[in-house]
Amino acid sequence: MRTPFTIRLIQSMPRTGWIALALFAAITWIGVPVAHLALPEGHPLYLSAYTVSLLGKILCYMVVAVAMDLIWGYAGILSLGHGLFFALGGYAFGMYLMRQIGRDGSYQSDLPDFMVFLDWKELPWYWAGSDSFLWSALLVMALPGLIAFIFGYFAFRSRIKGVYFSIITQALTYAAMLLFFRNETGFGGNNGFTDFKRILGHSITSPEMRVTLFALSAALLVACLILGRYLVTSRFGRVLAAIRDAESRVMFIGYNPLHYKLFMWTLSAVLCGIAGALYVPQVGIINPSEMSPANSIEIAVWVAVGGRGTLVGAVLGAGIVNLAKSWFTVSFPEYWPFFLGFLFIAVTLYLPDGVVGLWRKLRTRKAELPPAAPVSARGATTATLPADARPGVQPDATVMESGAPSIAAAKGATA
Amino acid sequence: MHRLPALQILLRGVLLLTLLVGPARAALDEGMVAGFAGDFQSRLDTIEALGVAGGAEGGNEARRVLDALEAGALGVAGGRVVIVHGDTVAAAATGEALDIAPAAVEPVTVNNRVRRALATARAALALSSADRGERLAAARTLADNTGETLLPVFERALASEADDEIRGVLGRAAARVYLASGDAARRLKAAEMLGESSDPAVKNLLAALLAKNGNDWSEPSAEVRAAAEASIRAIDRRVATAEAVGTLFSGLSLGSILLLAALGLAITYGVMGVINMAHGELLMVGAYATFVVQGVFRNHFPAYVDWYVVAAIPVAFLSAALVGVAMERLVLRHLYGRPLESLLATWGLSLVLIQAARVSFGPQNLELANPTWMSGGIEMAAGVVLPWNRIVIVGFAVFVLLLIWLMMQKTRLGMFVRAVTQNRPMAGCVGVPTARVDTLAFAIGSGVAGLGGLALSQIANVGPAMGTGYIVDAFMVVVLGGVGQLAGAVWAALGLGIVGKFLEGWAGAVIAKILVLVFIIIFIQKRPQGIFALKGRFADN
Amino acid sequence: MNAVSTDLDRAAADAFATRENLREQWEGEASTSHLVQQGELDLSHNVILYLDDITVSFDGFRALNKLSLEIDAGELRCIIGPNGAGKTTMMDVITGKTRPDSGKAFFGQTIDLTRLTEPQIAHAGIGRKFQKPTIFEQHTAFENLELAMKADKRVRRTLFAALFGDERDRISEVLRQIRLDKEADRQAGLLSHGQKQWLEIGMLLMQEPRLLLLDEPVAGMTDDETERTAELFVSLAGKHSLVVVEHDMAFVEALGGKVTVLCEGSVLAEGDLATVQEDPRVIEVYLGR
Repeated sequence: MRTPFTIRLIQSMPRTGWIALALFAAITWIGVPVAHLALPEGHPLYLSAYTVSLLGKILCYMVVAVAMDLIWGYAGILSLGHGLFFALGGYAFGMYLMRQIGRDGSYQSDLPDFMVFLDWKELPWYWAGSDSFLWSALLVMALPGLIAFIFGYFAFRSRIKGVYFSIITQALTYAAMLLFFRNETGFGGNNGFTDFKRILGHSITSPEMRVTLFALSAALLVACLILGRYLVTSRFGRVLAAIRDAESRVMFIGYNPLHYKLFMWTLSAVLCGIAGALYVPQVGIINPSEMSPANSIEIAVWVAVGGRGTLVGAVLGAGIVNLAKSWFTVSFPEYWPFFLGFLFIAVTLYLPDGVVGLWRKLRTRKAELPPAAPVSARGATTATLPADARPGVQPDATVMESGAPSIAAAKGATA
Repeated sequence: MHRLPALQILLRGVLLLTLLVGPARAALDEGMVAGFAGDFQSRLDTIEALGVAGGAEGGNEARRVLDALEAGALGVAGGRVVIVHGDTVAAAATGEALDIAPAAVEPVTVNNRVRRALATARAALALSSADRGERLAAARTLADNTGETLLPVFERALASEADDEIRGVLGRAAARVYLASGDAARRLKAAEMLGESSDPAVKNLLAALLAKNGNDWSEPSAEVRAAAEASIRAIDRRVATAEAVGTLFSGLSLGSILLLAALGLAITYGVMGVINMAHGELLMVGAYATFVVQGVFRNHFPAYVDWYVVAAIPVAFLSAALVGVAMERLVLRHLYGRPLESLLATWGLSLVLIQAARVSFGPQNLELANPTWMSGGIEMAAGVVLPWNRIVIVGFAVFVLLLIWLMMQKTRLGMFVRAVTQNRPMAGCVGVPTARVDTLAFAIGSGVAGLGGLALSQIANVGPAMGTGYIVDAFMVVVLGGVGQLAGAVWAALGLGIVGKFLEGWAGAVIAKILVLVFIIIFIQKRPQGIFALKGRFADN
Repeated sequence: MNAVSTDLDRAAADAFATRENLREQWEGEASTSHLVQQGELDLSHNVILYLDDITVSFDGFRALNKLSLEIDAGELRCIIGPNGAGKTTMMDVITGKTRPDSGKAFFGQTIDLTRLTEPQIAHAGIGRKFQKPTIFEQHTAFENLELAMKADKRVRRTLFAALFGDERDRISEVLRQIRLDKEADRQAGLLSHGQKQWLEIGMLLMQEPRLLLLDEPVAGMTDDETERTAELFVSLAGKHSLVVVEHDMAFVEALGGKVTVLCEGSVLAEGDLATVQEDPRVIEVYLGR
């Protein structure tokens, strides 16, 4: 009587979703490689190396946005530190890339150039195994996952929520950035890692490698979307959304919110880490500025622009903002911060449900359906109900329940 | 001055003799100045001797001769030392006019060595000045150029000097001379005396006594060595204390800045439940306002430029408050009840403000000049200086805190603010104009941030991104202190400032920051609501 | 397989993960492993809830003052008392939201409630309805019930969980019972206040708890709905034990069970409603206002 897992996996997405994914896969796995490798340079459909790398980079950002949406849109936890996990994945893979340079660096040493420059004689212990691709691939997932798990365990255990949690994640990534800026930390300090030569012995700058990395990023994004879609439609996803809306109720019906949040949080960090690992060889550099709080907040904006709690919105948002960014920073570098700033404000003020929400609204209006009054997914809002006027009910009861935390003192004194 | 040439010994003999037998009178003895007629070395000795002897009596006469020397009017004519006054020539010692043509006088050359000797001599003379500042400066000059010849000056001054600080300087200077003495008793006394110092240089001097030269101690007497060791320990103790006080103070001043940044944040967060990510940029607005005021003063009121900081106080407050009100009215008001979105929107505002500052003032850092009354500092032992600008900032923070406290506790607005912080719907029900309270609270919170920027401009560079560096710390203060808790913010700011500075001294700035963060996370495990945790049935709703 | 003992196994496993401070965590672990040996809810003395000498203070104010209370298995007990009598705090203590400063709280003979977390207590078999209806507004009524359903509530189970046919039937049955069968696929946030109250009661039923704590369950209901609620509760008594906090005397009367009057954090009087209403102390502090 129970629906098999594969069926449920397929059912988790509507048919249009699967079609869109298939189209996307066809374009990224066949279309782009052909356009870059097979077509001559003058051809109107030819994609330059710059374009492929740019698109590949944006694909990685989209994965991060999906990871962010899973934790913010569905669990109501706004992380301002996701850039950290992204960068950690990048650094973990960057270590491998640095080792792959071998003796081709400017100092012709076995050690990475920056270590020679610092007059180090041997690799620090945490670089052990970094010449192994498999170990690095493991580290790419394990390092962000572990950091996220430890941090999340302590944060969620003490029930740090809302803006408090956001601020602390921001401080976390800020502290990590300072740490990585130090030369002594052993990750190249200010300059980070760059000048990569090859992956698994193949040149990193060859068109084939470029296309492979691009296709891998696209595959990762597709996998993330399917996984994400399954998660949010499973009972797990419903519990998560329930925690977002009424955490104490969830506890009193027997779920432990800590485990749920922690699972989603860690998974989200791992996805960011993998995205970071694919990002680094495509842009050719990783440095501590990836960990700056501004970067992490930008991730949240991608999701907000696209529409929170929709997954596809995250993908759209990351695409729109980053394409706009690459255009602006070339054409009007002065005005990019203004644009981004006003985008933050405009989206939060006028498009609380993002582009996807706007599209849905337009579609409903077009279909001339009676307003279905969808309750927007504003995680932090718990509807304040008017105090009931029925005699015998404490008139202050409702107000008290929904009041600011500080009410507790006052209430404690009168309770 | 270890070698004493025969001439000098002779001169000193004469000199002492004249001192002993010479009655108190206005003129100097001829013998005292005779050395100027001798060779270069004897001139130097004479200058010194004038300083040494002059302290006892006839200071003005000695000064007169030294002045003439410095002015190039002292010369030698026919074996006599004379001073040329325009067309007339007078004997240097007595001032009696002589019948010598100025052209016949061969002036005494004044070169750098002579000038140094002059400075020392003058300092020796100044030790008997009535002005404390002059005496102290003189003592310091002498302490830097001690020699055995100056011992009588030190001893005489120590006998009459009542001021502790001057006595300390003189005592150390004398002790240094004694340390070089061949007499073990004198060295012992010196080693003990030097223990009163806090100067690391003195420590080196003592440490030299404990060094071994092959198998021999460089200081033969065990007693002296023990005294030196004890003195070194005393110095170390004193230096450590001074450094601790210095660190404590810089922590205090950092805490004050954090407090100014966090106070506003605590108010706005408490009232509106909004974490204002653009709060750091309000600091920046205050700092740039200060910069503008400084420019206005420089161009239009150069005479009062020292007071531009005072004039900047209302300007910084109002400009930041204005920006804050605009932010509240245009953006935050419409995001009420959506704290996470507010966080993003205010971050957007901060981007806009930073870029606006970059466009209007340029991307480079501006440096503001401290007014003279804020420059310098109180010097403590061992070279630890408490700068005046930081002292003023600590005082300023206390002043602002006091104002805020009075406003919160004693005014109607404060009462409203507290009411809205505790229970917005209820406050609205009983007639508190919550929308107006929001705006006013935001204005005040922003204004205080502007004052923070003013304070910051006095110790750090002013630049478009200056706010971002402090804002994370300010958030930590609010997190640690608890929501809407003034007392919590104060303790958290001072605590973070002081702990941070001590950790910095111990582990470096970056590690210190990370340790503080780790500490905060651990702390929040214990008290999720901050230092002043609220308890009760709804504490975690 | 014995359902309750698996719950307790889980409780023991969970005990590792969540406790506010470390020492409590170790103690908690010790006590839950002790529980596992004891097996299921022990009702051998026919007492399902046993509170003894419980004191809770908030910043010096005593919300509960040496409160002692016993609820028999299958009993329907009403708790009344003026504002601030400590009714909600008592529920907080029973469900693990608030830790008492002193005193004992036992579920059955063996389960020490002061050592368990909220989810563990829920697993042990205590369900709670809040003063303000708290349901999952973004979910449909059906999903609300599905989430509340007695099941394995660990992460890795929910990741792959799918509804069995009998589970579907059970949800439909409860939906009918709380008269929301027509609203099954409506978003819970769009239900009326009374419907939300019912939905929350339905969620409680899905949990199949041994003890139900109901904080003002009929606030915001029409007289008709109130009456039906009373009928439902009376029908539940016997199989379940119920503790109902109410201000509505008509409702309390309709329930008909034993009444406990709380005042200033301790029990003032206990007995049937008529007796209690005649107690001069009760009249003075509560009814005679």
